[in-house]
Amino acid sequence: MKELSPIDIYMLLPKTNCKECGEDNCMAFATKVVNREVSIDQCPPLLTKQYEKNYRQLKEMLKPAVKEVTVGVGDGAVNVGGKLVMYRHEFTYFNPTAIAIDVTDEMSDEELLGRVKKTQEFTYLYIGNYLKLQMVAIRSTSNDPEKFKATVKKVAENTKLPIILCSVDPVIIEGGLMAIPKARPLLYAATKDNWKEMAELALMYKCPLAVSAPNDIDLLRSLVKTMKEYGVEDLVLDPGTFTSAGLGDTINNFTMIRRAACNMGDDLLGYPLLGTPIVAWTEPASSPTVSAWKEAQVASMLVTRYADILIMHSTEGWALLPLTVLRQNIYTDPRKPVAVEPGLRTFGTPDENSPVLMTTNFALTYYTVAQDIESTGAAAYLLVVDSEGTAVDSGVAGRKMTAETVADAIKESKIEEKVKHRKLIIPGKAARISGEIEELSNWEVLVGPRDSSGIPKFLQDKWK
Amino acid sequence: MPKREEKNSDLKLPPELLDLLTGVDELELEDVDITVDELEFVYQPGVLPAIQRMVAARAKPTSLLSSPFTLPVQKYPSQIVEVTLGATKSKGGSRGKSIVIGGEKSPAFYTFENPTPNPPVVSFDVFDSKVPLPKAVKMNFNDVLEDPVAWAKFSVEKFGADMITLHLVSIDPLNPKPSTPAEAAKTVEDILQAVDVPLIVGGCGDPKTDLAVFEKVTAAAAGERLLISTVTLDMDIEKSAKLIKEHGHVALAFSPMDLNQARELNRHLLEFLPKEQIIMDTTTAALGYGLDYAFTIMERARLAGLMGDPELQQPMSSGTTNAWAAREAWQKMDPQWGARELRGPLWETVTALTLMLAGVDVFMMMHPAAVTTLKNTIKELTAKRGRGDPAKIANWMSAKF
Repeated sequence: MKELSPIDIYMLLPKTNCKECGEDNCMAFATKVVNREVSIDQCPPLLTKQYEKNYRQLKEMLKPAVKEVTVGVGDGAVNVGGKLVMYRHEFTYFNPTAIAIDVTDEMSDEELLGRVKKTQEFTYLYIGNYLKLQMVAIRSTSNDPEKFKATVKKVAENTKLPIILCSVDPVIIEGGLMAIPKARPLLYAATKDNWKEMAELALMYKCPLAVSAPNDIDLLRSLVKTMKEYGVEDLVLDPGTFTSAGLGDTINNFTMIRRAACNMGDDLLGYPLLGTPIVAWTEPASSPTVSAWKEAQVASMLVTRYADILIMHSTEGWALLPLTVLRQNIYTDPRKPVAVEPGLRTFGTPDENSPVLMTTNFALTYYTVAQDIESTGAAAYLLVVDSEGTAVDSGVAGRKMTAETVADAIKESKIEEKVKHRKLIIPGKAARISGEIEELSNWEVLVGPRDSSGIPKFLQDKWK
Repeated sequence: MPKREEKNSDLKLPPELLDLLTGVDELELEDVDITVDELEFVYQPGVLPAIQRMVAARAKPTSLLSSPFTLPVQKYPSQIVEVTLGATKSKGGSRGKSIVIGGEKSPAFYTFENPTPNPPVVSFDVFDSKVPLPKAVKMNFNDVLEDPVAWAKFSVEKFGADMITLHLVSIDPLNPKPSTPAEAAKTVEDILQAVDVPLIVGGCGDPKTDLAVFEKVTAAAAGERLLISTVTLDMDIEKSAKLIKEHGHVALAFSPMDLNQARELNRHLLEFLPKEQIIMDTTTAALGYGLDYAFTIMERARLAGLMGDPELQQPMSSGTTNAWAAREAWQKMDPQWGARELRGPLWETVTALTLMLAGVDVFMMMHPAAVTTLKNTIKELTAKRGRGDPAKIANWMSAKF
């Protein structure tokens, strides 16, 4: 990422401190722009004729190394790409990898709509975020444009999810486009054999276009250069996904392309990367479980190594859950603090007899414990002790969670004024310091479960 | 005064402006707005072909425009240290073979830049006393779980373990009857007799207890080049390091997800141990429960080491078994989330693969399916480039399966 400072932005702003953007002055706005917390479109004067040149210059300066491409329209549209950096610790990643599940034009209506429904309804609540799937990839196995058209129409009638049309036969793609002319699906894909026709379709229907060159980055760049000359600007790169022999090549290709775009100024490779772990299903396997395993395993590696879109086949929850959780983890902003504010939290309306539980201020621990207490529906107090953002076991081991810090937290929270009893429920993994806590605080310590998922049962059995 | 003439001018320009424009060959007007109801262009006859030629130049390409790719190779000032684990007879031990890790000259698997000198290795976990284990793991080991020697043998013979990690959890002072250092050392000796793979020996995490046990274990296994897990900042580092050095072992330096502490610990250890006898563990958190922190710390450490930071040039180790702490790995969930016998091992696998891409060299793992997947993946990632046959993947979109 080009190192931008607020001054670089400030120099091109109106510098009138008019406050129309909501900031106190232009410098404050410039700082937010550099941190990507706000878009320059939020500055009304900048959008006037007078500042058109400045606006264009700013847009160019702020341009991400990997182009942001939109698939679909309206509420359902999904943005992919838009990456500023190669390594997440250099800043943060934007636009989590979009996952597309496939259907074919030879599936029965029941199977087709069943898969579309499953894709749409996939959801898992994980630390305050709903993990979901993003797109439907429609493949033609029939080779019949009319069949493809009918399938595309049916899918579009049953979901708002953006669509990827998958065929290297332009006639088939055109059939699909005629069913959804305004939907802006991603066209997969232009190759060295069909690029002209695909480019024409992309222009005619104003769609983003994937360019595919398995294991051949020279060809990939040639295709991109040609497409750009042709006038197709919204491109997605498919360097080919091998799920067994050649997996090393795939990992290398994704890595090289992302490095070239982010660190070597290679504009031709500055586009979102598309992986197809679905390839695992074309290889012989002893069972569908083995194929699903291989697909999920490769997909996870591609999430870590720069994939912006993945096309997959399996709808198995055991395969998609680790993958979507990983995606959430990799796309978490690494700049956000690990810790939550220490102090006393309440659940429901606790009274002087309600249980008092204790945990650390490590964000992941806190949110998990909070979720578990909430699930009981019980009224309770949770004392969040400052462990400098470490979890229970590493906090105890690293002496960040000690009897002293717990005793201090009890004092500071004034919990002794809120409950009649003096019983503190501590995490099972802090058992080691239970005796010391009792000595220092004069509270009785109840050692709770080792995993907070045991809290409901613990409260039921042990809290009277 | 040169004669000035206004020709064909409906524009009445003020004389001062005309003066300014004298001698000017070309005038560029910016930000011009022209509002007209109708605009008529009159061309001189010769101009039209020129315009047509210009338009043709912007015509769409009829053939592919070549644009060859230059490999984005980077050179780094330093490389990662190579560390040997396990000593054969000729080197004073009794292992069937030694394992070498580290030595990287590039980030993990950037084989377009440099080959991977030593592939990562996986070690199977063995606990010296009964511990709660997820069902998905237990079902693969069944009878051997209460006998560490049998467990180690089983891991090597049935699952082809390249290394064993013996966790001496029985020494934990919190246990009703903790094992003594002498008893722990005896277990280590028994394992060394039973299997000939390099061995990692883990304590219980209590600094005083671990040091007392390491004293006995390092001596009892002198010459075998064990990996002693772990040395931490709150231990007597000098004493630990000297024990390890004296008996020819390797230290596993553990820090709690903090690069500065990792540096500090390596710095201290390097005062007493050669760098070839240190591996570092910056903490592994489970997928979903801190994996991103673990990954980024490791990736930063590896890159810093390659860029010349002498305190981050050790190979890295991961307690990947921590993946099982995630509830999603071991709990029975609603039917839509599938069988935990698949979900759990995949959870451990994804944890491992993610960290492998950050540069981890040694993995401590439990589930055989996760281990097999990792080993197969390592084979592919370290293979020669060009193994991928494009023809095999060119038609997935029309394939029936």
